[in-house]
Amino acid sequence: MSDTNDVKPSRLEPPPVTRRSFLSIASLISFLAAMGTALAGVLRLPKPTVEPGPVRRYKVGHPEQFPVGAETLFAEQNFVVRRDAAGVYAISTTCTHLGCAVARTAEGFACPCHGSKFAANGRVLAGPAPRPLPWLEISRAADGQLVVYVDREVPEGTHFQA
Amino acid sequence: MGTTATIPEKTSATQEFLDNLRQLPRNLKDAWFRLGRLPESEREESQATFHNLFLHLHSVRVHLRTLRPSLTLGLGLIATFSFLVLVITGLLLMIYYKPSTALAYQSMKDIHYVVATGRFIRNIHRWAAHIMVIAVFAHMARVFFTASYKKPREFNWLVGLGLLVLTLALSFTGYLLPYDQLAYWATTIGANIANSPRELTDALGITPYFDPGGFQKRLLLGANTVGEDSLIRFYVLHVFILPLLLVILLSVHFWRIRKDGGLARPEDPPGGLAEWGGKLHRVFEPLATKTYGLMAVVRGRRPPVNRGPEGTVMSWPHLLWAELAVLMLTIAVTLVLSFYIDAPLKEIANPAVPENPAKAPWYFLGLQELVSYSAFMGGLVIPTIAVLGLALIPFLDRRPGGEGLWFGTPGERTVAWQSLLFGLVCTVGLLAFTVNFGWLRNWFPEIHQLWIIAINPGSILVLLFAGWSLWTLKRKNSVRLAAVALFTCFLVGFVVLTYFATVHRGPNWQFYWWPSQWPVH
Ligand code: HEM
Ligand code: FES
Repeated sequence: MSDTNDVKPSRLEPPPVTRRSFLSIASLISFLAAMGTALAGVLRLPKPTVEPGPVRRYKVGHPEQFPVGAETLFAEQNFVVRRDAAGVYAISTTCTHLGCAVARTAEGFACPCHGSKFAANGRVLAGPAPRPLPWLEISRAADGQLVVYVDREVPEGTHFQA
Repeated sequence: MGTTATIPEKTSATQEFLDNLRQLPRNLKDAWFRLGRLPESEREESQATFHNLFLHLHSVRVHLRTLRPSLTLGLGLIATFSFLVLVITGLLLMIYYKPSTALAYQSMKDIHYVVATGRFIRNIHRWAAHIMVIAVFAHMARVFFTASYKKPREFNWLVGLGLLVLTLALSFTGYLLPYDQLAYWATTIGANIANSPRELTDALGITPYFDPGGFQKRLLLGANTVGEDSLIRFYVLHVFILPLLLVILLSVHFWRIRKDGGLARPEDPPGGLAEWGGKLHRVFEPLATKTYGLMAVVRGRRPPVNRGPEGTVMSWPHLLWAELAVLMLTIAVTLVLSFYIDAPLKEIANPAVPENPAKAPWYFLGLQELVSYSAFMGGLVIPTIAVLGLALIPFLDRRPGGEGLWFGTPGERTVAWQSLLFGLVCTVGLLAFTVNFGWLRNWFPEIHQLWIIAINPGSILVLLFAGWSLWTLKRKNSVRLAAVALFTCFLVGFVVLTYFATVHRGPNWQFYWWPSQWPVH
């Protein structure tokens, strides 16, 4: 920094701020802060704390209703329940591509919307679906009925011992 | 003429009151129509234009070139007027429509079968929506091919793009409202496209930490599946938020046209020759340094009576007549279509069984075709690339020339034809290939999802088109010609994909030559 007698505004001696412009700047900043906070509050509005819409947890019946080798389709709720030697399990019938309900076919499942095909165990055989049909969590309610949680996924091959 | 009412000096208040009462009809009329008759002089005509809030979006004079239907094809006006029709019929439909999952479908049935004129009003609303979408796309193409986006009109091009997005958003939100099978499943698919960044985040295994897809879907639906909350959100967007935004942007759009000096048109060449009405006319061009006698003015063959020296005419009445004609045409076409062809209404929404095929509205079917290879790439990335690419056009092509002329710079027509052919061959070829041979997953069932996101017919088309445009840039050494190549390919791809998905895709999204061959179920 050169040490001349210049009256150039320098960082060390900034030009004085008048009281009036200080006040207007201060009020502008507090105005913007208030509006910003209000806006943030409003932006929070579209996302409720508790997820609205139906709780997708369904009682499907007592274990005896699912004999080994049989399959029951719950079309409204979008899953199938099966039992094999290892236990009971449920597979979602909502296509992992864009959410259409898949139909049961000889080889497994087929989606009407963009032609995804799945094996009986949910694996993708063809089409745009990015993931296998998810296996769903099962538990038993106090009255002995099985409960299927449509929003909770379990690893493929997880059986419920009933 | 407005009268300066002389209030007599010495009358009783009663008398004055009675006089005012007697003159009430006339004074009311004067208050509304300040001139009291149609304008006769140019001065009165210009006042008619700028003393009226709505008319003063026009400038007082318009250039003759911009009045020629062959420049604009009236497309922007058709879009404007169909929007007007939509607002009016939409308000009428709101009287009976009930936005709740339990009642929406029944209220649509009521409108269709019970309400007097209800079906007709609904048909008009539906047809005007189709016309508006077609007109907006065509208008964008006309603005592009007449190079009307160039400086100083870049900003208005961006405003226009905003209008395009709003128009499509309005159509999409309106599609759910009847709450029939088509509505339910098209919206489910749409919301899951918003969810599709999960394809990428799942493949990378980061969804639990970073989930933009889930966020977008929740924001749109208000829940995990289409239901009560989604219907209300779509309703509020459709009848209030989006139309309001559209009106605001539209006002900016019109205002900018005026501020940018009217519609884009070529400079009238110096020396005073300009072409309009298919002929060249001599234009009188005063030099600032000279005083002119009458003879100098008349030398321009015709004395410029009723025509400004620069070839302009008064907006009132010339532009107004043109606008009125387009309005009549738009309304006539809408009415005829609505009289003969009913808007569809399927069975009530059923979450257990999808409509098969579940098709989105036709202008989204091109995207739906791309989505049927990869939801993330086809549904989000490619549309984003397209909108960004369109937005960049006026900023990358900045050399003046050709404004207001169809294919105005040398070689544009040739490049447009070549690109049309190129786009056609690429799109049809790729579709024929996938129909016959399938795609990656059919050959390698265990392939990683990232490969499918990266390599699919959609992304290949984008690369082909971009390559073609770059090659044109090198070959022709012109940015404008490269832009023409890209835009033409984009347009051709859009049209072909839309046509293909509309006509040739049937149940299970399988290929059929004609819808009449669909299996009955
Ligand atoms: C709701 C949609 C839209 C409406 C109602 C609309 C309306 C109009 C109207 C009435 C005009 C006057 C000239 C004409 O009719 O061509 C115009 C001009 C213009 N529009 Fe649009 N427009 C819309 C969307 C768009 C889009 C999607 C773009 C491009 C991305 C665009 C860009 C422009 C530009 C740059 C002009 C000035 C053209 C010139 O100076 O020649 N507009 N618009
Ligand atoms: S939703 Fe199943 S294939 Fe697209």
